[in-house]
Amino acid sequence: MTATDIETERHIDRSAMTVSDEVAIEIRGMNKWFGSFHVLRDINLTVYRGERIVICGPSGSGKSTLIRCINRLEEHQQGDITVDGTLLSSDLKNIDRIRSEVGMVFQHFNLFPHLTILENCTLAPIWVRKVPKKEAEATAMHYLERVKIPEQAHKYPGQLSGGQQQRVAIARSLCMNPRIMLFDEPTSALDPEMIKEVLDTMIGLAEEGMTMLCVTHEMGFARQVANRVIFMDQGQIVEQNEPEEFFNNPQSERTKLFLSQILGH
Amino acid sequence: MSDTHAQTQPFVRGEMLPESEPPLAEKGAVKWLRENLFSGWLNILLTVVSLYVIWVVLSTVVPWTVLGIWDADSLTGCREIRDARYGEGMEVACWAVIADRWQQLLFGFYPRDLYARPVLALLVFFAGIAPVLFTGLPRKLLWGSLAAPFVMYWLLWGGSIWGPIVVALGLAVGALAFQVGNRAQGALLGGILAIVVPILYWLFLAGPLIRALASVLPIGIEFVPSDDFGGFMLSFIIGIAGITLSLPLGILLALGRQSDLFIINKVSVAFIEIIRGVPLIVWLFTASLLLNYFLPPGTNFDLMLRVIIMVTFFASAYIAEVVRGGLAALPKGQYEAGDALGLDYAKSMRLIILPQALKIAIPGIVNTFIGLFKDTTLVVFIGLLDPIGLSNSIRATTDWNGIYWELFVFIGILFFICCYSMGRYSLALERKLTRENR
Ligand SMILES: Nc1ncnc2c1ncn2[C@@H]1O[C@H](COP(=O)(O)OP(=O)(O)OP(=O)(O)O)[C@@H](O)[C@H]1O
Ligand SMILES: [Mg+2]
Repeated sequence: MTATDIETERHIDRSAMTVSDEVAIEIRGMNKWFGSFHVLRDINLTVYRGERIVICGPSGSGKSTLIRCINRLEEHQQGDITVDGTLLSSDLKNIDRIRSEVGMVFQHFNLFPHLTILENCTLAPIWVRKVPKKEAEATAMHYLERVKIPEQAHKYPGQLSGGQQQRVAIARSLCMNPRIMLFDEPTSALDPEMIKEVLDTMIGLAEEGMTMLCVTHEMGFARQVANRVIFMDQGQIVEQNEPEEFFNNPQSERTKLFLSQILGH
Repeated sequence: MSDTHAQTQPFVRGEMLPESEPPLAEKGAVKWLRENLFSGWLNILLTVVSLYVIWVVLSTVVPWTVLGIWDADSLTGCREIRDARYGEGMEVACWAVIADRWQQLLFGFYPRDLYARPVLALLVFFAGIAPVLFTGLPRKLLWGSLAAPFVMYWLLWGGSIWGPIVVALGLAVGALAFQVGNRAQGALLGGILAIVVPILYWLFLAGPLIRALASVLPIGIEFVPSDDFGGFMLSFIIGIAGITLSLPLGILLALGRQSDLFIINKVSVAFIEIIRGVPLIVWLFTASLLLNYFLPPGTNFDLMLRVIIMVTFFASAYIAEVVRGGLAALPKGQYEAGDALGLDYAKSMRLIILPQALKIAIPGIVNTFIGLFKDTTLVVFIGLLDPIGLSNSIRATTDWNGIYWELFVFIGILFFICCYSMGRYSLALERKLTRENR
């Protein structure tokens, strides 16, 4: 596992980064199996609106599976997950509602290669939210400007660099006006220069008070932006703490070992 | 400079070199010939042998074709003219049979004075297919494409105009049923209603409605029974109907085969495997013979319609497998991205998955279409007069008894033109899509 510890020089404006008492995601006693393999064990987690949570842990520890359960890309077998007050069950209407409220950014971008950047961004607003095309395009251009690539709007994803593609993926999620954003290792398929541009975009989101759950090994990002760091191992939450405490004063042996490997000292 | 090695003397170019021609032997035709035909002794040998074979073939085929006789009214007439013109022993084509019977080869026994109708139907077909094939045309024209099959049906078979109109209304009825079901209960009920209601309408309501309308307002053109259809017209009708119907059916089967719903999955798999595992000719015999036993006595179920259904089923099983290949080639991330954005199954299939999967599947789909079109000649075995069947009946007349090659060459060329254009279109489409997306 490599960790590029990229520090962003920019000053972070913390004025809007406030955590409210309102619960955004509530996970109670959640268990998940892949066949007979117990991949998530008794997960309990409450995310408040405005929180920026970084989830880290060794490969195979179930980080991706955890956040994919939140928008039902994976189905859990035991326990309750409540997102924005809606209980996740097999009711398709609930699932679609949660999915349109929760944005997700993948490691491999997963842009739609047969659509232009603009079409990628307007597809879901037009077809899920029934926004008129013109309005959806205006919104899309607004977010593309925010991720600093409005000039690429009419290109196809294959013509963009990895970092640009990931920023489009973020803009595509934002176009649905999500109240929660999930990131699954958004920078680990990118070169170092591109990591910075994507992290900058994510910091920008955090500054606006977005609720974020982010699986990442960017410890610089965790230090600067997160208000909570969660360490997972073998399908369990092993430790969670404020970043300062988490990095300077880890409690469990596993966490210490993991941090020493990832920070290289 | 003492620490600069002698080899690394600094260098600055004083003047730029002008562009110059490559050496003569390495340029243009000479270079191409040398590299491709005469690059080694084996290659030289192959070139010489190939040239010889080409010469032998051409020296018989070209005179046979070019010197062919066009102005005779029977095979014996042809032979007399040939002997008079070129002397005994020279073999030349007797194109006179084509000149004499081309109308039959194209239209079968369709009434002569009504030939304009199938030609018009073909034009309607081209007008209808254009907006589908060329995405640059305005999308509104697709409504015309939807109406085209009904117009074509009316032009070909004739009869009362109310038949096709009332049948076409079934589509509107289906769309309406979907809307109602979708409002009330969601897409599933809508889908079921959209299939069931139009079928009920066609079975029970359409017949009386047509009769009632026809008695009030008798508008129509001369009716032509299916028995009179033949020649390339028949191949085209079966081929075009089969192609346009098998694509949607094949896509549905492919999606069904991928589905998690047990019944749908198993039914699709069984349909595909059974249809694909039995030769088309067997299905055609089934269509012509067996179906009569199963259908209630007295029902007059047009043989051509039965053949179209069988050919459609057969091609759709192949298309389903080709499309499944396209679906399997898509990364899982595409499905997940669609899900994560909140698109439901139907939308994510229509907007994200199928456009990409079909693009991958284009060569295979067109391949299947080409096969289907050529396989229409198999209907000769169940007594339909496709071009091959007509060539048999032309040969059975005293005038043209014993003529083979000329008819087959003519039929072959027409089929080749159609299939080759389909192949070219698919190549062009592939190139266009690759250009767009990369
Ligand atoms: N679809 C699946 N079927 C069976 N096992 C799976 C599946 N997806 C993941 N797993 C297993 O579940 C475990 C957790 O996987 P997960 O992807 O959540 O790990 P992760 O913490 O995200 O790891 P990484 O850092 O490598 O992305 C792994 O052991 C993996 O092999
Ligand atoms: Mg992962």
